[in-house]
Amino acid sequence: MPARVGVVIFPGTNCEHDAILGVERLGGTAELVWHGATSVDGYDAVIVPGGFAHGDYLRPGAIARFSPVMGAVARFAAAGGPVVGICNGFQVLTEAGLLPGALQKNSGLRFMCRTVDLRVETDRSVLTSGVPVGSVLRIPVNNFEGNYTCDAETLAELRGEERVVVRYVDNPNGSVDDIAGVCNAGRNVVGLMPHPERATDPLSGQTDGEVLLRSLLATAGAGVA
Amino acid sequence: MPDVADPTTYSVLVEVSLRAGIADPQGATIERALPALGLDGISGVRAGKAFRFDVEAVDEAAALDHATVVAHRLLANPVIEDSVVTVVAGG
Repeated sequence: MPARVGVVIFPGTNCEHDAILGVERLGGTAELVWHGATSVDGYDAVIVPGGFAHGDYLRPGAIARFSPVMGAVARFAAAGGPVVGICNGFQVLTEAGLLPGALQKNSGLRFMCRTVDLRVETDRSVLTSGVPVGSVLRIPVNNFEGNYTCDAETLAELRGEERVVVRYVDNPNGSVDDIAGVCNAGRNVVGLMPHPERATDPLSGQTDGEVLLRSLLATAGAGVA
Repeated sequence: MPDVADPTTYSVLVEVSLRAGIADPQGATIERALPALGLDGISGVRAGKAFRFDVEAVDEAAALDHATVVAHRLLANPVIEDSVVTVVAGG
């Protein structure tokens, strides 16, 4: 049975169809979940995609975390369900406290839209379980607030527990320790600024995101069996 | 006579700024623009946000408490930001 993925949308989300297409290209099924929903029961995985949830007012993700669906996502995550936040979705997950740290404005105040090299740092996460450590993937980034930061204690914890999931090979935005993505202690919640779903179709010029989404679908599918 | 005082409206100011040690590219960029004004001797520019709202509370201490909850839970992200809450009028 193909993995069934819920793709959460807030007012202002704009990457939901890329996420759905990416999942479907790899054999999964995906459905939109409106932010007013109070349950994500029945899904094998949840993606919080990119965009500008609630207009990014106040701070990216600051209002979105109070949407009813986030309570459901938190319960799903607490039960071990795979959750991946991409770009704005990563910002939402940090604001919601499901992932540590925060995303601040890129150094140099640059809005950044380019393809970067990402190094996979652990295969112990729902997004990288099928990817050899050390793999370098070409994945697009597209953000203004992509500069990951956290306090020294959190950074030591992330490093010690091998919870930095992907790093920039050439840090484009000032992120601490070149961090592009992290996971929670349970390794079932992953957030990253780059967009793997935009690198799943040869038409877009790159397909390196496939291995990441494939890992997510494999983990999600295993949960069903 | 009820033993709880009637609520009064208090005006509150919440100032949110990046914590010390957190890079502030916006403040730095503003600072770099200052020489264009022909002004010297201005440094340490930090950008932030200010929020004003009214709180109904039985006294000033309660108004400050309510506003502080808003500041900590919504207006500021404690990972990167500090907030200062002031009751500016009312009572």
